[in-house]
Amino acid sequence: MRVLRYVLIYGLLLTFGFIYTVPFLWMLSTSFKTLSQTLRFPPEWIPGPWAFENYPNGWMGAFDFNIFFRNSVAITGNAVLAQMTSSVLIAYAFARIRVPERGFLFAIVLATMMIPPQVTLIPQYILFTKFGWVETWLPLMVPQWTGWPLFVFMLRQFFRTLPADLDDAARIDGCGSFRILWHVLLPNMKPALATVAIFTFVGNWNDFLHPLLYLSRDDNTTLAVGLNMFRGQYRTQFNEMMAVAVLILLPVILIFFFFQQYFVRGIALTGIKG
Amino acid sequence: MVLFWGVPIIASFVISFFDWKLLSPGEFAGVENYTKLGTDRRFKAALWQTIYYTLGSVPLNVLVALAAAILVNQKVRGVTLFRTLFYLPSVTAGVAISILWYWMFNPDFGLFNWFLGLIGVPGIGWIWDRNWAMPSIILMSAWSIGANMVIFLAGLQGIPEHLYDAVDVDGATRYQRFRHVTLPMLSPVIFFVSVITVVQSFQIFTNIYVMTRGERGTMVLALYLFFKGFEDLKMGYASAIAVILFVITGVIALLQFRLSGAWVYYEEEGGQ
Repeated sequence: MRVLRYVLIYGLLLTFGFIYTVPFLWMLSTSFKTLSQTLRFPPEWIPGPWAFENYPNGWMGAFDFNIFFRNSVAITGNAVLAQMTSSVLIAYAFARIRVPERGFLFAIVLATMMIPPQVTLIPQYILFTKFGWVETWLPLMVPQWTGWPLFVFMLRQFFRTLPADLDDAARIDGCGSFRILWHVLLPNMKPALATVAIFTFVGNWNDFLHPLLYLSRDDNTTLAVGLNMFRGQYRTQFNEMMAVAVLILLPVILIFFFFQQYFVRGIALTGIKG
Repeated sequence: MVLFWGVPIIASFVISFFDWKLLSPGEFAGVENYTKLGTDRRFKAALWQTIYYTLGSVPLNVLVALAAAILVNQKVRGVTLFRTLFYLPSVTAGVAISILWYWMFNPDFGLFNWFLGLIGVPGIGWIWDRNWAMPSIILMSAWSIGANMVIFLAGLQGIPEHLYDAVDVDGATRYQRFRHVTLPMLSPVIFFVSVITVVQSFQIFTNIYVMTRGERGTMVLALYLFFKGFEDLKMGYASAIAVILFVITGVIALLQFRLSGAWVYYEEEGGQ
């Protein structure tokens, strides 16, 4: 009976696991095939001969992916820095600083979490066009400095798990609000900060809609839009497309494997609590 | 925050009453954009296709995520590896993955028709066939269950062990344990996951934009809004679509909250 249960569980795990991994294996396999081998049916899983040149050829082919890479790094890097600063400050204010109507303001923040991004897209676009920001990185960079509702919510929950006695003790020692935040509270919430950083990284690295709207040139746009441009040029060269796709996903996959527990914690916290 | 979120929402609403081209507000059009929507067959089609996608993808997504969560909650060796595997697709979502699926759906050389051939079923056109395009996209959505799975997993692990002990004393079967302890204890989580999944399903954009550009019966609202606003430059009209999208999302969320009273079980001491 016990053995049967184990067999059943492992059987299901392996079946599910296989189904969820196959697309990645297929991507890898395709990325090492010659063009003629990708056009064989039934498909062959093991590349032969191995076409390692797909990687350099795709990366530096019709488009210079080094430029897309640099742009993505700049935009994503700014986003991470901005969220770590702004969401933390806003959450700190909501958790610790008493102002009139704080509860009401926080309810507004929560309400904005439910709003589809498409709703704000058009007014933002008109606004940024008036500013002359189209085809610059500013529309993707500046709004990051105003915080993200989900992070504000999550960080506030974290702040509230830290006892107010900590603040009081520091205040008696003569600390102001910012020094309390920096020296007392933040060192206690490194996991929460890591969660914010990682989610911001992945969200911005994968973002397609916003760079598609604001950045259309092959010297200013990001990897996601660049890959889509690449596909427009090479409609059928799936081997090179998959090679570039692998390289684009690599940072995300690496970060995911190293910091998995922060993803899980972040989702569990924003999902369940509150 | 209020500047970048609150103002645009109101602005969206205001713009939707104008005959707004890219930069010029144009003339005040009153409710004209809305009456035009009423007779716009492509808009109605987009509305139905969005509903089609939601009805297909949400139950599938929630069920698969719940099944995966129960599976990776089993205490067996090596189970964390599988957690990672199931979660990975939702981290990598975007253009790269959409192109990968576009390639897997290829009718001549793709993975799916190869698999159908293996089990002796003739291949189909997938995203290239009007009847199969939307089901293909729904199928793809069931691959990115990671976030929902993690929420379910946290919910499962939050169920106190003593509840299971109590029913074990009464000699409960595995099914009874699930039906009378797991399910009621998990119902708030199922409810929460359903709401956010529905809201998200109304926003689907990248996968469809990359794979079909809304052709062959896959033009959903978010895509139609994008094309109207940023290709036809009809900002007023697109804003009206945005307002409708916003209202529908709100109504559905509200409805789910209302209905939840009937089936969601909250512990007496409440959440928080």
